[in-house]
Amino acid sequence: MELRVRALQTILVEKGYVEPAALDRMIEAYETKIGPHIGARVIAKAWADPAFKQSLLADATRAVGTLGRVGDHLVAVENTPQIHNMVVCTLCSCYPWDVLGLPPVWYKSFPYRSRAVKDPRSVLADFGVSLPASTQIRVWDSTAETRFLVVPMRPADTDGWSEEKLALLVTRDSMIGTGLPKKPTEVC
Amino acid sequence: MDGIHDMGGMDGFGKVTPEPNEPVFHQRWEALAMAMSRAMGASGTWNIDMGRYGIELLAPNVYLASSYYKRWFLRLEDMLLQHKLIDADDVAVGHALRPGLPLKRGRFIESDVDRVTTRGSFGRRERAPARFRPGDQVRARNIHPKTHTRLPRYVRGHVGTVERLHGCHVYPDSVVLGKGEDPQWLYTVCFEGRELWGPNAEPGLTVSIDAFEPYLEPA
Repeated sequence: MELRVRALQTILVEKGYVEPAALDRMIEAYETKIGPHIGARVIAKAWADPAFKQSLLADATRAVGTLGRVGDHLVAVENTPQIHNMVVCTLCSCYPWDVLGLPPVWYKSFPYRSRAVKDPRSVLADFGVSLPASTQIRVWDSTAETRFLVVPMRPADTDGWSEEKLALLVTRDSMIGTGLPKKPTEVC
Repeated sequence: MDGIHDMGGMDGFGKVTPEPNEPVFHQRWEALAMAMSRAMGASGTWNIDMGRYGIELLAPNVYLASSYYKRWFLRLEDMLLQHKLIDADDVAVGHALRPGLPLKRGRFIESDVDRVTTRGSFGRRERAPARFRPGDQVRARNIHPKTHTRLPRYVRGHVGTVERLHGCHVYPDSVVLGKGEDPQWLYTVCFEGRELWGPNAEPGLTVSIDAFEPYLEPA
């Protein structure tokens, strides 16, 4: 594949369609700038600031826009002891790139796309996650240009933590709904 | 189209295997395939829906046997050939044998990167009042368009509840046919697990999709 892809790059550059430096800059942006740390900052702020959480759940594009660059049409959904949210794109790979970066391979994989809407508890088990039987699972299939960000539950024993410290608890998978935030003992 | 890409509810693909500390790209060509796809997508020659349709048009055996970025690459090559931005003989020799065509938005340069790495908006002005409201019971229509649609098979014919209204958005089904954006109301519609998967569904499961208004009828 390396040779085929390089050959197409040569063709596109020679035809004057793309500037090689622009491709490098885009790759660098996804490797170093746009990633789950952006989402983690949003979640930590929502945990620390009830007014921000309210505005995040009401209009995530607008709320996240107060912190940095974000596109349309972001929707934040909140986990509670009663409801656990999980996000999938059964048709392709729709994912909130602006706040989580590029999706991991498993998110785009056939097992995840096929099973998440039908057997989410067994999918969670593949991640080592087990939820109480009383928790209802809500799966969001991203079938349009809406993008979903899960707001996980704030871990116990984090009273008085700063947003920066809270952000260390927020994992990428916890914002997709296939994981839970870290425990305070894991970051202290 | 009732294609291999529409995977919701299929069995047999095995376990999900998360990779600890996964890199953003596993190989350099994956990064290049992503960047070239995004750059050419930004040229305005085709829109995001046409690009998705391009992947769905890969033959099922090719789709299943190719990694994610390989599917992107194959789609990109197909789209470039289809729009005559490159020719088969360019690909055969690995060089441009003739100059490129003018692009709607010009050559992709460094200052375009910020625009491309922030999601655009597909929201559009409404042309008619919304037909449904949150709380309404609706049925996902039992339709099987031969071309691109965002209505997954596993909900067709099933009854759900309208939960949210997201405004009007570009209608993918129309765009891929070259019939323009034809903006439609977009709803989150929530289905009970048992409605979709029968009496043995996981207890307490609910699944939602985002459905354009033409996908729905009153139930």
